[in-house]
Amino acid sequence: MKLKTNVGMVINLDKCIGCHTCSITCKNTWTNRDGTEYMWWNNVETKPGIGYPKRWEDQEHYKGGWENKNGKLELKQGGKLFEYINIFHNPHMPTIDDYYEPWDYDYEKLIKAKPSKYQPVARPKSKLTGEYMEKIEWGPNWEDDLAGSPEYMLKDPNITEDLEKEITLEFERSFFFYLPRLCNHCLNPACVAACPSGAMYKRDEDGIVLVDQDMCRGWRFCISACPYKKVYFNWDTHKAEKCIFCYPRFEAGLPTVCSETCVGRIRYVGIVFYDADKVKEAASAPEGDIYSAMLGLILDPTDKEVQKLAEKEGIRYDWIDAAVRSPIYKLVKEFEVALPLHPEYRTLPMVWYIPPLSPILRVMNSKGYSDIEIFPAIDEMRIPIKYLAKLFTAGNEEPIRKILKKLLAMRMYMRAVQLGKEEEFNDKILEEVGLNRKKAKELHRLLAVAKYEERFVIPTTNKEQFENTFKEQGFTGYDYKPPCDFCKGH
Amino acid sequence: MQEATVQVGITDYLFWVALPYTVLTIFVLGHIYRYATDPMSWTSKSSELLEKKLLRFGSMPFHYGIILVLLGHFIGLIIPKAVHEAFGLSDHVYHIIAVTGGLFAGFLTLLGLIVLTYRRFAVKRVLANSSAGDIVVLVLLLLVVLAGLTATLSNLGGSFDYRDTIAPWLRGILTLRPDPTLMANVPIIFKLHIFLVMLLLAVWPFTRLVHVLSFPIVFLRRSRVIFRRRCGDMA
Ligand code: HEM
Ligand code: SF4
Ligand code: SF4
Repeated sequence: MKLKTNVGMVINLDKCIGCHTCSITCKNTWTNRDGTEYMWWNNVETKPGIGYPKRWEDQEHYKGGWENKNGKLELKQGGKLFEYINIFHNPHMPTIDDYYEPWDYDYEKLIKAKPSKYQPVARPKSKLTGEYMEKIEWGPNWEDDLAGSPEYMLKDPNITEDLEKEITLEFERSFFFYLPRLCNHCLNPACVAACPSGAMYKRDEDGIVLVDQDMCRGWRFCISACPYKKVYFNWDTHKAEKCIFCYPRFEAGLPTVCSETCVGRIRYVGIVFYDADKVKEAASAPEGDIYSAMLGLILDPTDKEVQKLAEKEGIRYDWIDAAVRSPIYKLVKEFEVALPLHPEYRTLPMVWYIPPLSPILRVMNSKGYSDIEIFPAIDEMRIPIKYLAKLFTAGNEEPIRKILKKLLAMRMYMRAVQLGKEEEFNDKILEEVGLNRKKAKELHRLLAVAKYEERFVIPTTNKEQFENTFKEQGFTGYDYKPPCDFCKGH
Repeated sequence: MQEATVQVGITDYLFWVALPYTVLTIFVLGHIYRYATDPMSWTSKSSELLEKKLLRFGSMPFHYGIILVLLGHFIGLIIPKAVHEAFGLSDHVYHIIAVTGGLFAGFLTLLGLIVLTYRRFAVKRVLANSSAGDIVVLVLLLLVVLAGLTATLSNLGGSFDYRDTIAPWLRGILTLRPDPTLMANVPIIFKLHIFLVMLLLAVWPFTRLVHVLSFPIVFLRRSRVIFRRRCGDMA
């Protein structure tokens, strides 16, 4: 067994209100430079919907992630030979139009315009060419809140033919929810594996996936390899960039910007211990089993044997303590209420999602059903369970049902507590989903009360022990000053 | 032939001794300087994000062509004629292989270059993101390839054997035994081709061409997922 540490995040979709605060704060912090304006390291998609970049989940087109080719794990885009042959032109690389053409407005017109008969207007100007754009046809969150539906909604790659009819029929009672997305800091990152120059790596101490900007040569295979399309190509510096899990904050014991600023307090950040020796096996499991194989990778930090192993790896006490108190461990493994996004891509993503109960409740409550009546009905629901299964369990509907029932049971119990009817509550409902009164209260506290210190359990990286922090000042970051104009990064 | 005394003047020394060494110095020191002072700018400068259809029909033939061309130059110029002969390669057979192979690779490169140059100017997004260096490189490469192809086409009969002149001159330069007399009777079109190559090599380290030195070799045998440790003990 080889114990390693990885960062993790849990996102509670039931509480996401789609306000995009996370995307904006991330952008203001990291991607407001030339060449990055189209990059949303964090974005929030409406589901069902085609997402960003357009139809990113269609791997027949984008060829992201891994494939189990007769027992051998290989990148879907192709192996090393493929990369050598296609290094001069990567057939699977998306273009800017798959995202959108970044633009700005000539705002100065508004204040500089001379008096005239008509109001001055600020016209959109392309950031790529500097020319005016006549009509903007696509942009970030163009189809937010099902805008333009059903046309756009039905282009969602998760909506296969069998679902299409039912969803169209149900459209007036349409369900939708939000899906915040960022780099998953995967245990088996396709981006790292694809990088020919070895510029991409997982940090040994916390598993954060980074691009070494000095080593990146712009071979751009990471961009096509990441199935989540979370590595972007900076068209100004001609290098790859991605979410850095806000490592300067993380090292200081602070949550990522997107988590910190979330108004719904839906995000949890912490660390997990996992068995690195089993990564390959888990990533090669049959599609529907990958989720449970991932759970098998994650080690119980309260186990004395695991703690001993961690110590042997040189992991300090405060990190072990953080692993014990980790909200990620609790939600993913102890309560088993969080799921990986598209585990069938086989990268073993470490951002986990608590599937939303609200689409079901909205539909059923509107029909006059009470929670007690819904509880057994969950088993018969087709949509959106089938849809959720496509997103989170490679089509395996069982874990989805289990989680939704667990969340509903907790909700029913807590309502009884609130109304002073705890005594009369039928414990069978809790037992059926593997909870008891104490655990239900604990889960409720974690999900609903969601205290800051319980959502974010982050040990500081003791940098002062191994580097001269004074000397390192100003050595990391994306700010870039070329020495002369002729070779301006060119 | 070799016995006949050849007159070499100051210009021959300038062009075939001073210039090549100046260029080589710039080439080597330029790369070192750029790598040391500005590693952030060391990239292939891919523009595929902005345009990929034309790139495919430009970049693929160009790169496969230029790699074949370089291979051909290595065989013809670096490996001595005596070695060819030791392999039983007669002048006639060598010439036929060199001319057909050379023309094929050369035209492949030219085709790619024409598409790439057209793309660079015609696609607004690409043009707006081009530096002077990007354009200089393409134009110089075009001139180099055109001169090279013209030289080959002008010598289809094979009356001029560069393996007795240019090749030993080049090896002399590389082994620090320069001999400008070898270049004295070389046809002007070959001289022009070589001169243009030297210009290209002189700007090389200051353009996107640095990417050629970064051809990923380690990747061939590397494990797929990389972990990197900062120095010292990690917590
Ligand atoms: C040794 C292997 C080589 C590799 C792996 C390589 C790779 C690349 C890549 C990835 C690009 C960017 C293509 C894009 O826009 O996406 C590129 C562009 C370019 N390469 Fe290479 N290259 C190699 C050798 C060469 C050589 C020997 C030359 C010429 C002497 C060359 C000249 C160029 C030029 C001029 C461009 C720019 C094309 C344009 O206008 O967009 N390359 N190369
Ligand atoms: S989500 Fe994509 S970019 Fe992030 S680690 Fe996984 S493969 Fe790499
Ligand atoms: S972790 Fe930081 S860099 Fe990554 S998406 Fe969130 S705010 Fe952006």
